[in-house]
Amino acid sequence: MSVPKTLYDKIWDAHVIHESRDGTCLVYIDRHLVHEVTSPQAFEGLRMAGRKVRAPDKTIAVPDHNVPTTIDRGDPATMPEDSRIQMAALDKNARDFGIHYYPVTDIRQGIVHIVGPEQGWTLPGFTVVCGDSHTATHGAFGALAHGIGTSEVEHVLATQTLIQKKSKNMKVEITGSLRPGVTAKDLAMAIIGRTGTAGGTGHVIEYCGQAIRALSMEGRMTVCNMAIEGGARAGLIAPDETTFAYCKGRPHAPKGGKWEMAVAYWKTLYTDAGARFDKVVTLRGEDIAPSVTWGTSPEDVLPIDSVVPSPGDFEGGKAEAVRRALDYMGLKSGMPLTDIEVDAVFIGSCTNGRIEDLRSAAKILQGKKIKDGLRAMVVPGSGLVRAQAEEEGIADIFRDSGFEWRMAGCSMCLGMNPDQLGEYERCASTSNRNFEGRQGYKGRTHLLSPAMAAAAAVTGRLTDVRQLNRNQQGCAARYSKIS
Amino acid sequence: MDKFETVSGVAVPMPLINIDTDMIIPKQFLKTIKRSGLGVNLFDELRYNRDGSEIEDFVLNRPAYRQAEILVAGGNFGCGSSREHAPWALKDFGIKVVISTSFADIFLNNCFKNGILPVVLPQDAVNALMEDAERGANARITVNLECQAVSASDGTEFFFEVDEFKKHCLLNGLDDIGLSMQKSDALERHEEKIAQSMPWV
Ligand code: SF4
Repeated sequence: MSVPKTLYDKIWDAHVIHESRDGTCLVYIDRHLVHEVTSPQAFEGLRMAGRKVRAPDKTIAVPDHNVPTTIDRGDPATMPEDSRIQMAALDKNARDFGIHYYPVTDIRQGIVHIVGPEQGWTLPGFTVVCGDSHTATHGAFGALAHGIGTSEVEHVLATQTLIQKKSKNMKVEITGSLRPGVTAKDLAMAIIGRTGTAGGTGHVIEYCGQAIRALSMEGRMTVCNMAIEGGARAGLIAPDETTFAYCKGRPHAPKGGKWEMAVAYWKTLYTDAGARFDKVVTLRGEDIAPSVTWGTSPEDVLPIDSVVPSPGDFEGGKAEAVRRALDYMGLKSGMPLTDIEVDAVFIGSCTNGRIEDLRSAAKILQGKKIKDGLRAMVVPGSGLVRAQAEEEGIADIFRDSGFEWRMAGCSMCLGMNPDQLGEYERCASTSNRNFEGRQGYKGRTHLLSPAMAAAAAVTGRLTDVRQLNRNQQGCAARYSKIS
Repeated sequence: MDKFETVSGVAVPMPLINIDTDMIIPKQFLKTIKRSGLGVNLFDELRYNRDGSEIEDFVLNRPAYRQAEILVAGGNFGCGSSREHAPWALKDFGIKVVISTSFADIFLNNCFKNGILPVVLPQDAVNALMEDAERGANARITVNLECQAVSASDGTEFFFEVDEFKKHCLLNGLDDIGLSMQKSDALERHEEKIAQSMPWV
């Protein structure tokens, strides 16, 4: 019998086209996603060397980081000069090199990690790369997907390969099921809280267990999206019927006989019994609570009913980092997280900008108004998500409650466009990074789920979404039985 | 790419852990379509006031460190975004070596592609070098890639591991696109194979 393999081993083996004696491999890339920020220098490199894009059919370009999210954005005058130059460069490069392209005026435009799956570019068993660390998102399909730098973007454009060494195998198992009010985002953050931001370094994580199986594709993408916040090279979830159902009928998914062939192959993509993992982490789904971050690293996460920790709770270099983080965030140790008042709420990003995320926030907001004076915006992950939300009436719920309803893009996830936090402005955000200055100079970010963001918008402070339900809908009896 | 030669110089101490790429080069400088010129904005938000004046006590603004070629940093250096602008900014400033207990994967790769050597050493070695770095111009650190050794100012040597292929490329200043293109036979065979067995790829 052959040696049992992990899912990662199987995908890796199917893509190695050359291996040197020291283990350095040339790996084939099935899909290459390109956006405007990390690609101009790569295309410039191609031009200077007189090279072409080797597989334009497997290369997709979409602008997302810089794009304005206002309705009038088709007009280039809505952009500052440098953004306009970067967008024009992508436009020219996409056309000159003949790759698939979704410009801002196309309804299919959106965040690259939302567009790829939506259009059926991302499929099980593929290798997927993009000059963006959150490429990990595509691992939700059982695709080996990771971020690369601009030099590697150029390498893939020119050769459709990457030079790599194999990473180690890590398993993160979530047993049992999640409690009501707990979402994929809470799960993703709880994992990082456990492993730390460097816990996955040098590894590819496979997420498994009953709680993972029970997630929708949207939820799985949220979990894999944040694999990078745990330091991993990539996150993976074995494909199953949920995956196949999502892929079926997408514009670039295989059809007819090819579809049957593909599914038959995809069904072989799982970790064999007895396969070896270098590292294993197990969490109980029941132990996970709605969570928020309090500091400036995604590992600074706690259940919403906790208090702000003190530097003394930590050891080594982390104590100093915590002191700095609390100072930056303007928080006092011992303060309940639910006492933290916010000035802004952002719902969107490649972590939580899909239709299911908008539905879960809208459910909380239905019939309610956001707190007076609060700035709240929803930025759908793609033009198609936006259109669907309009159709389902979700857009109206957001608008009626006081949220701004924006056009698709990365927006305030990193504030490369005008959607930014002001100095000391505090934001409840469904994005993935709470680094210093991430959402705006001296801006303060608390990461949380879309439902929790909606709850914070209603009360004006970080709020346990389960409490909000209890107080406002008189469900005390039902929830207290569970907890 | 230039060949990597032995570096001997002043090192900047940055003991903070989890220094992310947003800190190394904030987003507003990602709008360039060039690779050069980012050095003045390295660590921009830590280095300058909003009016553009220098923040005096930030380490890179202290006279001893303005010409530094080595950076000694806390663990998990370069985490976060994949932006290659981070190593571009370090390189443009003049940094040729970064020493830490650990690096984020993508950042590590990006360094090698730009002729910067990331050196991983155990905590006590990093602590010793950090102390050296704190002494500014009074201490020089030497990094020899060929021998895979870092020497502190008192002559103590610390040896480090480095990927053999990456070391080879760095020492010889090789462009790896050219190297990969030499394997075009294997690449064509793979493409023919998948065209047959996996026509949906
Ligand atoms: S939404 Fe945020 S994390 Fe995702 S690709 Fe855009 S900037 Fe990066």
